[in-house]
Amino acid sequence: MIHVLLSRLRQGHRTLPYPKTLPALPERFRGRPEFGPGACAKDCRACAEACPTEAVQLRPEGPRLDLGRCLFCTACTDACPPQVLRFTGDHRLAARLREELVQVPGREPRLAEALGRELMGVLGRSLKLRVVSAGGCNGCEVDVNVLGTLAWDAGRFGIQFVASPRHADGLVICGPVTANMALALRKTYDAVPEPKIVIAVGACAISGGPYLHQEEQLGGAAGAGLPVDLFIPGCPPHPVTILDGLLRLLGRIRP
Amino acid sequence: MNDALFALLRNGQALPLGRVPELPPAEFRAAVLAAVREGRRLACLCADPDLRLYAVLAGDRDQLLLAVRTRLDAPRYPALTPECPQAHLFERELAEQFGIIPQGHPWFKPVRYHRSWVPDRDAWGRTGPIEPAVTEFYQVKGEEVHEVAVGPVHAGVIEPGHFRFQCHGETVFHLEIALGYQHRGIERALAGGPHPLSLKHAETAAGDTTAAHAWAYCLALEGLAGAAVPARPDRVRGVALELERAANHTGDLGALAGDVGFLPTASFCGRIRGDWLNLTAEACGSRLGRDWLCPGGLRFDLDARRAQAMAARLERVWADTRDAVELLWGASSVMNRFEAAGAVDPIQAREVGLVGVAARACGIDQDVRRDHPFGPYARHPVAPALARPGDGQEAAGNVHSRAWVRWLELEESHRSLRAALESLAQGEPDPRPGPLPPLAPDHLCVSLVEGWRGEVLHLAVTGAQGRFRRYKIVDPSFHNWFGLALALRGEQISDFPLCNKSFNLSYCGHDL
Repeated sequence: MIHVLLSRLRQGHRTLPYPKTLPALPERFRGRPEFGPGACAKDCRACAEACPTEAVQLRPEGPRLDLGRCLFCTACTDACPPQVLRFTGDHRLAARLREELVQVPGREPRLAEALGRELMGVLGRSLKLRVVSAGGCNGCEVDVNVLGTLAWDAGRFGIQFVASPRHADGLVICGPVTANMALALRKTYDAVPEPKIVIAVGACAISGGPYLHQEEQLGGAAGAGLPVDLFIPGCPPHPVTILDGLLRLLGRIRP
Repeated sequence: MNDALFALLRNGQALPLGRVPELPPAEFRAAVLAAVREGRRLACLCADPDLRLYAVLAGDRDQLLLAVRTRLDAPRYPALTPECPQAHLFERELAEQFGIIPQGHPWFKPVRYHRSWVPDRDAWGRTGPIEPAVTEFYQVKGEEVHEVAVGPVHAGVIEPGHFRFQCHGETVFHLEIALGYQHRGIERALAGGPHPLSLKHAETAAGDTTAAHAWAYCLALEGLAGAAVPARPDRVRGVALELERAANHTGDLGALAGDVGFLPTASFCGRIRGDWLNLTAEACGSRLGRDWLCPGGLRFDLDARRAQAMAARLERVWADTRDAVELLWGASSVMNRFEAAGAVDPIQAREVGLVGVAARACGIDQDVRRDHPFGPYARHPVAPALARPGDGQEAAGNVHSRAWVRWLELEESHRSLRAALESLAQGEPDPRPGPLPPLAPDHLCVSLVEGWRGEVLHLAVTGAQGRFRRYKIVDPSFHNWFGLALALRGEQISDFPLCNKSFNLSYCGHDL
């Protein structure tokens, strides 16, 4: 017992003071990509051609970058020597609408807004979520899971991951939703009592991610026919990106 | 020894297909069975669309891989499984993928529940929709015997799988595990590659094993392209792999503590695992090591300043880890539960071909880093952690053995990380590698990496154009799920979470 107490002393208090202060993110952390102020070389299509998921598209009306498809893999930025396209350290990526994940040069990204008043009244102070892993690589689950550890302690905000959909106010969905998980996901969704919300975490759950061309999957939560209330991009998203999204949804962080 | 029947190759070495003996089916079968009887391990058995079977056997004592193939005249052949249980899941897999029937297979069922890759050739003659785990299960009948079905959606943040327990009261007679829910078509996607997404598909074969799978993919490509990786990036790859091992082992030891209700270690380790992941992020920006490795070398080298900073952080994380984990070994309540649960018989473990932590916990002395050295491990060896028979409880193949092996490996990973970071803190980083030369056409290459769960195997066969005719991935979980079923026999069903966590196998790595 004395060893446990001594360890407790040595390990100390380690819950991060987020959201009061942002924890130091690594120098090489890849947050929100953006089109910088520089000019593209004439007729250069290198970024779009390098992107393995067609997240970067060069259209006649201008370039666009779909965060919902982005794997944050540096293929596009490596292909862009003048660094017109670059990754910033901005971890805030979550959006309420699928189309708001599409970035175009010069337009401020629209971050996720809080739930409407009615839902906020029910869920605002206590949000119990059931995670369904539906065919991804288990990477998003890793970073969702850590929110429950004492480092992030999502319980401080009334957010908790629960074992049964019957106890849940909503689903967190990871993975592209494989054909083999479609029925189980639907049954889990149906088992959550109304009112309920759906949160898609990671490129897979938003767009199919690296599996977008595979017929074994349905293209994410929306592709599987579920109404998604919050999209959190990344491959996988950093825990702070996920928590930022959840706290915005609950109105704990305002734009 | 019948080695003359095989092509002998080293880890990561490419060989022209013409030099891989193509035996008649009967001789192929006899050769594989004889090699397994002589102590070789069936590391991979797979098929291709042209009714060819490939077998790779591992000679762990002499750093050799033995490859052989055959061409079937018709989509059937006498199964190996009745005489070689290691072939069990491989034969079900090749039946499901290519409609080839291993005749006489004692438990002939699909593995992942997908359509055959060959139109109109289904091993079970299925034409309608295919639903996962809709199949017959092994059943025990008798008075008071009952069946418990769990999943695919489990309690907790965990991947999907379906478990059927045959129980008598609390006692489990038998557990059958049906997976395939995470099947997203990775091997099918890799065929015809390398594609722009192929490295991503390797990285995400099992997301918690990103570095190991990415490295195995790189080794296969580098072998086929005849490209050598300089010493410094190789050393950095070793850092990536050992950080991945340390993070996962720390997380597992914490989770095991949680499953026996020992909260101090459980909550400390939950956080410390994040500290290990953050070290990886320091190096490459991603906590899981995404986009760190690339064919030919690295996307992110470690400059001297960064290596120095990481070395200092490593010591702090290690001190926390040791402090948290050592509490376990002194807590009699923990030892009591660990030692009493989840024993796997070492003889059975060998027969079914367990790998990695689960095998070493049974006293099976194998570790790819020593037995088939790759990257920096020939020049900078690591000592495999082994629970030795007669060494107290450790070789009993139980939950404690698996926890203890993880702990020994953590110590060794820390030692190797410290040495690597100290050495990387001097010298200049290498420039980013350019694109690889084209892959050799009509070649075969097998690459092995010791991931944190165990042996990660990638097998690539190129066609005339130098593109993948077949790309096979074997995650260690593919070998080890059956070990979990064995560990449950005679256990209380209430110990399932503890036993399961002590293996902590990958669903997505199995399902691909």
